[in-house]
Amino acid sequence: MCEGHDHTHATVQNPLSENKDRRVPVVQNILNANDRAAAENRQHLEEHNITAINIMSSPGSGKTTLLMATIKAMGENGSIGVIEGDVASQVDADKIAETQTPVVQINTGGGCHLDAPMVHSALHALPLDEIKLLFIENVGNLICPVSFDLGQSWKVALISVPEGHDKPYKYPGIFEAVDVVVVTKADLMPYMDFELDTFKELVHGLNPNAPVLVLSAKTGEGMDSWVKWLEEHRV
Amino acid sequence: MHELPVTESILKIVTEHAAEAGAKKVMSIDVVIGELSSFIDDTIQFYFDILSPGTLAEGAKLNFKRINTRFRCRKCGQEFEPEGQNWLCPNCGALGGDVIAGKEFYVDSIEVE
Repeated sequence: MCEGHDHTHATVQNPLSENKDRRVPVVQNILNANDRAAAENRQHLEEHNITAINIMSSPGSGKTTLLMATIKAMGENGSIGVIEGDVASQVDADKIAETQTPVVQINTGGGCHLDAPMVHSALHALPLDEIKLLFIENVGNLICPVSFDLGQSWKVALISVPEGHDKPYKYPGIFEAVDVVVVTKADLMPYMDFELDTFKELVHGLNPNAPVLVLSAKTGEGMDSWVKWLEEHRV
Repeated sequence: MHELPVTESILKIVTEHAAEAGAKKVMSIDVVIGELSSFIDDTIQFYFDILSPGTLAEGAKLNFKRINTRFRCRKCGQEFEPEGQNWLCPNCGALGGDVIAGKEFYVDSIEVE
């Protein structure tokens, strides 16, 4: 049965029918409310000439470590600010604060992702006039954060070498959605069976335009490619 | 864990459309969920049964339509569904493709009386 035929049935009322039930077409995106809040965030950030980077990955893949290394590598010219998202604790925000970088911690209280209204509140707690590059560290999770637009300029997926090169098969959504993929903990490559070429092939099978950068925030190897990417993508 | 706010959002969309249509009661709600969106049907119905009493949608049944992930091959244009670790185009053998289905998450229609 073709779709057009279905459609006719759905919209034409049968005058002989005793049945009072009617079907009302809705077709409305369930995440509309979040998307509206994200659009407001985006406008707010643009007014302040801030480039916002939404960083998503599994827990423990090295988001905070990469941020610490990025703050160090970019120095004062970075004008960096950070929003830290975690289920609980201030551990990550405390680490960032030691570098004198403006930071706000969001605790989601069990929530598995950040959403746009949470980021909106965090934006109001930051000195936006001092910030040019805002990192939003999402809750560690490869699934849920992907569905929620925060109003960011760019989305980044981190994957650490110990997680394995087959992650795109298991979590295609995140690799399809991001603008750049960063492979972290590259210093562990000699000890792990991470097949970098296979990983790149899978990422590009989903997302041919996303560069795959490989680095170790610990040794500094490859950090230049990440800093270069940031410089090229900030306003 | 994020199904509660999502269910609140579904209830709001449904009650607004039902009121607009002059309905007395919502009988059923058709929701479309793509395989790549991160939402669990049973959990949404669970929260819905807690949230809906006292609204037009009290007792309504949620019908979920799941949409499989679908690729369109970038080399030959063939559309196909990837299965597990088989992302190869059945026509030309290229790996992956543009995701043309699987990200849906919307209220499609409601049945009212």
